[in-house]
Amino acid sequence: MIEVKDLHFAYPTGLEALKGINLTVDDGEFLAVMGQNGAGKTTLVKHFNGLLKPTAGEVLVDGVSTRDVSVAKLSRNVGFVFQNPDHQLFSETVEEEIGFALKNFGFEEAVIKKQVDWALNLLDITQYRKTSPFMLSGGERKRVALASILAWDPQVIILDEPTIGQDHQQKEKLQQFILQLNAQKKTVVVVTHDVEFVAECNPRVILMSQGKILAEGMAEKVLTNPKLVAQASIVPPQITQVFLELADLGLPTDVIDVHEATKILLGRLRERQ
Amino acid sequence: MLANKTLAIIETTDLTYTYPGATKPSVKEVSVTINKGDFVILTGPSGCGKTTLCRCFNGLIPHFYNGNLEGKIEVAGLSVADHKIHELARHVGLVFQNPENQLFALSVEKDVAFGLENFAMPRDEMRKRVDWALQMAGITELSERPPHELSGGQQQRVAIASVLAMQPDIMILDEPTSFLDPVGAQKIFEVINELNKKLGITLILVEHRLDLAAKYANNVIVMDEGRVVLNGTPREIFTSEEARLIGVGIPKATKLYQHLKQNGVYLKTAPVTTEETANLLREALKHD
Repeated sequence: MIEVKDLHFAYPTGLEALKGINLTVDDGEFLAVMGQNGAGKTTLVKHFNGLLKPTAGEVLVDGVSTRDVSVAKLSRNVGFVFQNPDHQLFSETVEEEIGFALKNFGFEEAVIKKQVDWALNLLDITQYRKTSPFMLSGGERKRVALASILAWDPQVIILDEPTIGQDHQQKEKLQQFILQLNAQKKTVVVVTHDVEFVAECNPRVILMSQGKILAEGMAEKVLTNPKLVAQASIVPPQITQVFLELADLGLPTDVIDVHEATKILLGRLRERQ
Repeated sequence: MLANKTLAIIETTDLTYTYPGATKPSVKEVSVTINKGDFVILTGPSGCGKTTLCRCFNGLIPHFYNGNLEGKIEVAGLSVADHKIHELARHVGLVFQNPENQLFALSVEKDVAFGLENFAMPRDEMRKRVDWALQMAGITELSERPPHELSGGQQQRVAIASVLAMQPDIMILDEPTSFLDPVGAQKIFEVINELNKKLGITLILVEHRLDLAAKYANNVIVMDEGRVVLNGTPREIFTSEEARLIGVGIPKATKLYQHLKQNGVYLKTAPVTTEETANLLREALKHD
């Protein structure tokens, strides 16, 4: 469990990025952190594995303050996949990249090999095993970065903008994959702007703006509130936009899913026949 | 034939390109015509050859990447093979996905002026161009700021202004909004739409998220495994079975139309945008 208590954070330049955040992320929860560029989303989640330490307030991971534990130790439980994979990748081959942390955690060779094979297969990058990560496309590099975190099987997985640079099919795969991780009781925290992606997964959402939490709740509640989302520089999902336009016809406005939308419309159209 | 010739600003015939050392071509027998003033979305699965094709449009291929280029390509009346990158740069501007890769100067206006300095432009003219580009991109108030301190959306607008300052005939944008929040993305699309509609700049947008850009584009080109497999209006492409099979991300509005159709409800036409969908549904709900 991650508990954030009145968290304040200021960068050395004086920029106050977080201004009193209170939040609990339960084990096995799927949370999406959304909001405008510069709202403090990445700054917030970087506190979850101790990459950043609070200026004031505290962050507790499984009851222990992140101030009292090293990043290396926290990382064992909390894996962080960066937005830009180039900030994370450095090895000569994909295989070494994925095995690196496992080696550092002191796992045996046989375990490392097994975990690396598993992660390569999971992210569909086995064919790049011996390739340099820097020869790969942006989308592929992102999957290598994700594989290298999943390889050591942390309880909490933080993904910063995982859908950027992924094509439609990869995005669908990623979505299934995240839902699967979550179904296995992993805690998944996703920082994202991708409204349609969130609409399809329907996780709990926190909306951030200027270092504060504006709102929280399930995606279908938060993303369908036009006033709130506008404050966070978000646009409601396209299906919601359509239903908001038709609100005067008595249609519900909290619809984010295309299947649910179809059902509601069919019902209405049949009623009239 | 002659009339078409004056309209076309990019024309390729059987264009095939293989990177040095590669065993297979990344672009295969591509024959496309893009007309002056078009707003084109170029899409397709990762690795389909979109970025490679764009590199042919601005001469990075064959002049920077070498490799083997076959077939014909003309951009703004110039044969790409016979003109250097800097000559082509007057006609074609490229905005990258990640502005971090493009910005380097100590202030926004220095970044925007950089390309013009390379053209040895008189100072007054340069000042005017930079101010105009900053204004068009909506970042006049940021002109003194260091680019690396700006947000992603602001940085992307600086990158657009830098390209715009050169007043190119053609702008190619490679997923320009993927790092931006939705409102920031919308602003970028509005900026580039204005450049297209008001200034007549031909726009080529490489994009996976078709829902955001569909309403601005008049043409969608879909690539798969190096080839152009579909080329048509957004409506034609979004409703085509092939596009679905290739894995093109159809906007949710069009999907809703398809789901209704599968259940026996036929809207008058396949919508591409939110507004169209709402209007069609309103009509159906009233008349039924």
